[in-house]
Amino acid sequence: MATKARSAEVPQTAGPNGEEGVRRRDFLNVAAVSFAGVGGVVALAPLIVQMSPSADVLALSTTEVDISKVQPGQGIKVSWRKQPVFVRNLTPKEIAEANAVPLSALRDPQTLAERTKAGKQNWLITLGVCTHLGCIPLGIGEGENRGPYGGYFCPCHGSMYDTAARIRQGPAPKNLVVPDYEFTSPTTVTIGAKGK
Amino acid sequence: MSFSWAKPYEPKHPLAKWFDERLPLPRLAYGAVGGGYPVPRNLNYWWNFGVAAGLFLAIQIVTGIVLAMHYTASAGGAFNSVNQHIMRDVNAGWLLRYAHMNGASFFFIVVYIHIFRGLYYGSYKAPRELVWMLGLVIYLLMMATAFMGYVLPWGQMSYWGAQVITGFFSAFPLVGEPIRIWLLGGYAPDQAALSRFFSLHYLLPFVIAAVVILHIWALHIPGSSNPTGVDVKDERDTLPFHPFFTAKDGWFSAAILLVYALVTYFAPNYLGHPDNYIPANPLATPAEIVPEWYFWPFYAILRSFTVDFILPAKLWGVLAMFSSILLLFFLPWIDKSPVRSGSYRPVFKRFFWLLVIDVIVLGWAGGGAPNPVRNVISQLAAAYYFLHFLVILPLVSAFETPLPLPRSISDSVLHGEEEEAAPVGTKPRRAKAATAVVE
Repeated sequence: MATKARSAEVPQTAGPNGEEGVRRRDFLNVAAVSFAGVGGVVALAPLIVQMSPSADVLALSTTEVDISKVQPGQGIKVSWRKQPVFVRNLTPKEIAEANAVPLSALRDPQTLAERTKAGKQNWLITLGVCTHLGCIPLGIGEGENRGPYGGYFCPCHGSMYDTAARIRQGPAPKNLVVPDYEFTSPTTVTIGAKGK
Repeated sequence: MSFSWAKPYEPKHPLAKWFDERLPLPRLAYGAVGGGYPVPRNLNYWWNFGVAAGLFLAIQIVTGIVLAMHYTASAGGAFNSVNQHIMRDVNAGWLLRYAHMNGASFFFIVVYIHIFRGLYYGSYKAPRELVWMLGLVIYLLMMATAFMGYVLPWGQMSYWGAQVITGFFSAFPLVGEPIRIWLLGGYAPDQAALSRFFSLHYLLPFVIAAVVILHIWALHIPGSSNPTGVDVKDERDTLPFHPFFTAKDGWFSAAILLVYALVTYFAPNYLGHPDNYIPANPLATPAEIVPEWYFWPFYAILRSFTVDFILPAKLWGVLAMFSSILLLFFLPWIDKSPVRSGSYRPVFKRFFWLLVIDVIVLGWAGGGAPNPVRNVISQLAAAYYFLHFLVILPLVSAFETPLPLPRSISDSVLHGEEEEAAPVGTKPRRAKAATAVVE
């Protein structure tokens, strides 16, 4: 190898440009190692992105729900992206309770109107995932403990949500998340679709 | 550390010193693949394939672990989990799968070159017999791993490969069929076989990695062999592994990776069989059933026994196939010539190349559907394979007169050849090279 012979016999092949201390060998060394380094990092990309949700998981990102049978005061639990979603038909009393609360009393201030679609204020649709550590709160099913605020109660660590599913007491930091959804007909909701 | 002049590890950074005193891992690495491992200075490019093999083992383990995150080892779902889920749905799944598939082929390519390099340069001879034998153990483990990996996509070739290869065991009288049923966990390949193949396919690469460590450990006791086969005599014969051979191995690995990338990106299915894209069907064997290309020579030996002679032909084929590899374990004692390198053995050298051609012919014979002409050719080639090792090699090593060996490695490098030894510029042919160095 020319390179090997050079290093053994003529180690001081100084660059002709006389740049202080940077020999041609140093340049080659840095260039080669950086090239290999960049290549190595690029090669990591497929190993990392393969962990992200695959196309078949993303394909399940919307769920259609028929809400025609949900009477005021009732709620249903549906599955969207393998997560529970609470669809609740609020009674006028519950709506009034939610609207009576001053925003200053809330940990995560939001009005019921902000958490529902215009003209459909009785339809409260939230993820059934406690914002504390991900348990499923009670309160959607018939006869379940709804906690002192009449919304949801998380049995894991005692987070309490009101009738607009806003956090009122307990360790959870945020209100139950309202997912993207839209009414595709008066009785059908598509959860996961970007609403208008 | 094989030689007295090997540089001892001297940590420069206080943290490295602190670590080394408590766990001498940096010392171990330095002595094994760093400046502390003296390597004969005359290694040629054939010596780069060991590191390349290690590289492909690493690629296979990394891509394999990732693929196992998406693969389903169920007889009903395996085919779709590979050909639909991994190839279409998983992010970069197609790349990982093709990289793993072709990585196996490239692992075998570099290992075959590595093995034939050992055969030509007599790397199996004393004091490196154990290096050779551990290498053969790695090779056998690779074959088992590759076979079981090929079963996992559960295509037609996977399925019938599993059927045929476990069928080898049924050739043995009395115990054969019960062993086959035990291996499969059934009467034909099914869920039980698939699950255990997946489990073992995940396990064996780590066993290979462990044997690779033993292989390198055993190698580092006498140190690497070299193209002259002459022992290292003093410091002038060697260069430290780092930076000289890390640099050479580094650039050469990059060159091999380039070829690997070209095949993976532009001809990912060239080395595979199209029938494996048909889901496994236990009721229909494909018209042409062949293993992956790296098993073709052995498949030819297996098929070359067509007539019962004392034992059934089937048993002869299986015994011949197994012994074609097992006999390599005895190679250090079959070839008794004290001269290692084929470069100094004019007769051996010719027979070596005949063996290479013979194995290629066997590969050709094993890769196609059997017909009368192909059968005769594969019978002749199989016979020659055994003739080479059992008759020709012992005779050659007994009667051959080797060429005079150089006095030392540095002698062969610096003064052995007149042209090399002549001062720069004294010969017209050197003049051109000299300008290149000056430039």
